[in-house]
Amino acid sequence: MLTLDKLRITLGDFSLSADFTVPQGARCAVMGPSGAGKSTLLAAIAGFLPPAAGRILWQGQNITQSAPGARPLSILFQDQNLFPHLSVTRNLGLGLDPKLRLGPGEHAKIDAALDRVGLTGLGARKPAELSGGQQSRVALARALLRARPLLLLDEPFAALGPALKSDMLALVAEIAAEQGATVLMVSHDPDDARALCPQTILVAEGTAQAPHATTDLLDHPPPALAAYLGG
Amino acid sequence: MKKTLMLAGLFVATAAVADEKPVLTVYAPDYFTSEWGPGPAIEKGFEEVCACDLKFVAGDVLPRILLEGDKTEADVVIGLNTDVTARARATGLFAPHGQDTGALTLPIAWTDDTFLPFNWSETAFVYDRTKLANPPQSFQELLDAPDSLKIAIQDPRSSISGLALLLWVKGVYGDKAPEAWAKLAPKVLTVTPGWSESYGLFTDGEVDMVLSYTTSPAYHLIAEDDDTKVAAIFPEGHYFLTEVAAQLKGTDQPELAQKFMDYILSDAFQGMIATANWSYPAIIKPGFLPEKFAALPRPDKTIFFDETEAEALRQPALDEWLAAFAK
Amino acid sequence: MARRLREISLPALAAALVAGLVLVPLGAVVIRAGGFSALRGADLAALRFTLWQAALSAALSCLLAMPVARALNRRRFAGRSVLISLMGAPFILPTIVAVIGLIAIFGRRGALNAGLEALGLPTLTIYGAHGVILAHVFFNLPLATRMILHGWQAIPAERMRLAASLGFGPAQVQRHLEWPMLRSVLPGTFLAIFLVCLTSFAVALTLGGGPRATTVELAIYQAFRFDFDLGRAASLALVQVFVCLAALAVASRLTAPPAFGAGLDRAPMRFGGGRALLVQDLLAIAGAAAFLLTPIGAIVARGLPALPDLSPAIWRACATSLGLAAASTLLTLALALPLSLAAPRHRWAEGAAMLPMVASSLVLGTGLFLIARPFVNPATLALPVTLLANAALSLPFVVRLLIPEVRVLQADYDRLAASLNLRGLARLRLLTLPRLARPLGFGAGLSAAFPMGDLGVITLFSDGETRTLPLALFQLMGAYRMDQAAAAACLLMTLTFALFWACDRIGHHADPR
Repeated sequence: MLTLDKLRITLGDFSLSADFTVPQGARCAVMGPSGAGKSTLLAAIAGFLPPAAGRILWQGQNITQSAPGARPLSILFQDQNLFPHLSVTRNLGLGLDPKLRLGPGEHAKIDAALDRVGLTGLGARKPAELSGGQQSRVALARALLRARPLLLLDEPFAALGPALKSDMLALVAEIAAEQGATVLMVSHDPDDARALCPQTILVAEGTAQAPHATTDLLDHPPPALAAYLGG
Repeated sequence: MKKTLMLAGLFVATAAVADEKPVLTVYAPDYFTSEWGPGPAIEKGFEEVCACDLKFVAGDVLPRILLEGDKTEADVVIGLNTDVTARARATGLFAPHGQDTGALTLPIAWTDDTFLPFNWSETAFVYDRTKLANPPQSFQELLDAPDSLKIAIQDPRSSISGLALLLWVKGVYGDKAPEAWAKLAPKVLTVTPGWSESYGLFTDGEVDMVLSYTTSPAYHLIAEDDDTKVAAIFPEGHYFLTEVAAQLKGTDQPELAQKFMDYILSDAFQGMIATANWSYPAIIKPGFLPEKFAALPRPDKTIFFDETEAEALRQPALDEWLAAFAK
Repeated sequence: MARRLREISLPALAAALVAGLVLVPLGAVVIRAGGFSALRGADLAALRFTLWQAALSAALSCLLAMPVARALNRRRFAGRSVLISLMGAPFILPTIVAVIGLIAIFGRRGALNAGLEALGLPTLTIYGAHGVILAHVFFNLPLATRMILHGWQAIPAERMRLAASLGFGPAQVQRHLEWPMLRSVLPGTFLAIFLVCLTSFAVALTLGGGPRATTVELAIYQAFRFDFDLGRAASLALVQVFVCLAALAVASRLTAPPAFGAGLDRAPMRFGGGRALLVQDLLAIAGAAAFLLTPIGAIVARGLPALPDLSPAIWRACATSLGLAAASTLLTLALALPLSLAAPRHRWAEGAAMLPMVASSLVLGTGLFLIARPFVNPATLALPVTLLANAALSLPFVVRLLIPEVRVLQADYDRLAASLNLRGLARLRLLTLPRLARPLGFGAGLSAAFPMGDLGVITLFSDGETRTLPLALFQLMGAYRMDQAAAAACLLMTLTFALFWACDRIGHHADPR
């Protein structure tokens, strides 16, 4: 269970507050107008932005001051999810051990993860030798290996074509279901949200609201969301 | 880790040197201690007669002594020039050398009882006679020469020979020195920090004449069998330069230090200095100079300011020099 | 809080060590002198000349380096990487050796004037303020070219691809990609060269043609040796420190952050361009190569004949210099890495790293001597002091080279590394070292080269036996052995370059890109 307790994030004169709970295993879309603070919210949860006030709790435990890597979560960014100078295997290995001490056990897990995301046998390649979709799969495979209970997606598939994106989202859903992970996913596409996320966090006008049922929200959008969705 | 190991090695090495023989510590200039300087021959010669270990410490002799004061480890210093003896004397750190200066055969009278000359030469402009057909025959001719004649000199602020040139011009032209510099300045292709750079420019053919010493041709004659390098001898006279040695009052090896002062004027030392340092020994006896060395042309007149005069002239002469080049 | 403390403790230690190395000896000299002495009119004139020549040298070096770096970046030809390495050589030449080479080409009896004379054209003179500038450009054009070239190489291929897809011509590429890159690289490059020219002494004097070309460094020398006025020497040294800090402040205000984002290390695109651009690039590369390499050729030609005559002492001096270079390089890198990694977030780290650039070696040596003398025999400290001084002197260059790439590295991968808990030594091994391999290799090459040119700066600590190669060179010159000195110069240049080249190549090979 993720709790944002009277959380307030300020960046210059921008300010965002959040005060709600996301149940364990929930899959939430994070929607709202451009510049409303969707990525900012995820960055704060992931530990890249110290909040101005409030606390972030996981299962009741305060993680507000924890280092990003020590939090019980994996995050996929819009880009820069892989180190370009490391092979796919080593990029994945970082998910198992940041010191990259990889024994036969670890290699087996990496190979299994590659199989799972459909990249069997591509471990030796460098990221530049992969297509955009394949790169996303590597990043997802690493999240799989890290097996953290919270998965944050900051539009990692934005650059992919519609078909490829749906594939990836389906893969995310499968993996999250298998691991019982809680997912927060920034999205611009109502269809994505409907397909993958039963609940949606609306970020608008300086507030991130508590999760709402996605269908309900999209069928009866408040004015800010309606303007954004363009009716 | 490597560094610590090396450090440890250094301490071991220093410890190993300390055997029973008494050590005489001699401060000397950098050039002195290389295999091409006079240091090794002096060390070998003295250790044969002293049953001691002579240790040279190379570097800036006077600045170091001034910084160390009476805590200095030096027993003897060698290689000081007359431009700094006044300041060295003022420290009160030095003891009389106890030698008979009457035995010296310098071209000037030397009565100093503290600083003992061991070699000498005079400033001179050196040229290549195959490249410079009509060299100036006098200082005045040099001043009057066309400005296309290019010379290299040394900066008096960083070089002893450069300072000697200031005093040389002062000695020849006195109050008229500024006018002399005004005429000389256009011929100065460049001013180098030290003698070596100037002389390098000369041997590479970059300049026609270089400020050097009357004894410079000796090296080329004897070591290279090359008689093309010649020092222009001027009737106005040449400025005298000598290197001196002195012993320290506070030495913990007074007997050895005194023995070293005796050694400086010994035949063994004086007999080898000509080719070890390419300058005249302070005492010239038959056989001390190789034939070709002895045959070098000598100026009729030697100019020298004692340390008091030189100290008084230094700053005004430098100001005149700077003014001439500021134009 | 504890985490933050841990993060900065290493760079803070390095900064304290370096700043202490520069400032504490200065303090010791001031105490010994009983305070600062007033400067004279001549000192102010020296300061004016120093600032003027340093600014002009730096500006010219940067200006000329831009077309050369651009040409080298966008052209591929056989021997390109060898040429890039070779063109770095002047920067690592010991002053005395470089002056010999420059005079052989540009001197009164040099090759250039011989050619002009043969063509019946008027001859040129290298002596004068323009000679000082020419020499400084000769020394620093390689550094500027390399620093700017690194900047160009840091523009991800993806951005160039985007530009090509948008139909950018050279003018638009210049405006949207190259200019922002230059804004982030040029101020640092200018600063580095400005500071290195600030302490010029032998070059300024020898090629300056006389006392009009008096620099602050020479004024310090004069205060020490001619007047033995420690107070004035200290005042002058302090002036240099202030100029350094002021220049640093200006440069960091002018430096724009890099704004390219990361790429995926794709291979750079082939550059098409037109015939006019090809001619322009050809001229830039050929011109720079001729300017930088002919003096080097002259040094080799002058020195080679006497090479067999060199005595064993010279070879021993070689070994000493090589050992010194190796140890000093390790020390430099150990100081440079924490400082440059901290520099983007902490100004003081960069400031401390730049300080040694303007440390007068005379003041440094004297101060250290005054501090050490009461406790130990300075000769036993000869090695550590020489090492530390040399490491400190090359530190600013290495840090300057690293900072732009560190900024890029941190902008691109800090978040990913943090989210994966990649920290400490693992981060160093897996991220920092591989991504910084190129500038590290080049920097290691420079820091190996500096001690090779070491003249026994710290003569007060000399033990009278250890002799570096440049010192031996001077001793040969002092003993009339000009041919052997030329051979030693040639040897010194070759060894220095070999060391530099090896480090540079290792950096290239270790770079996974």
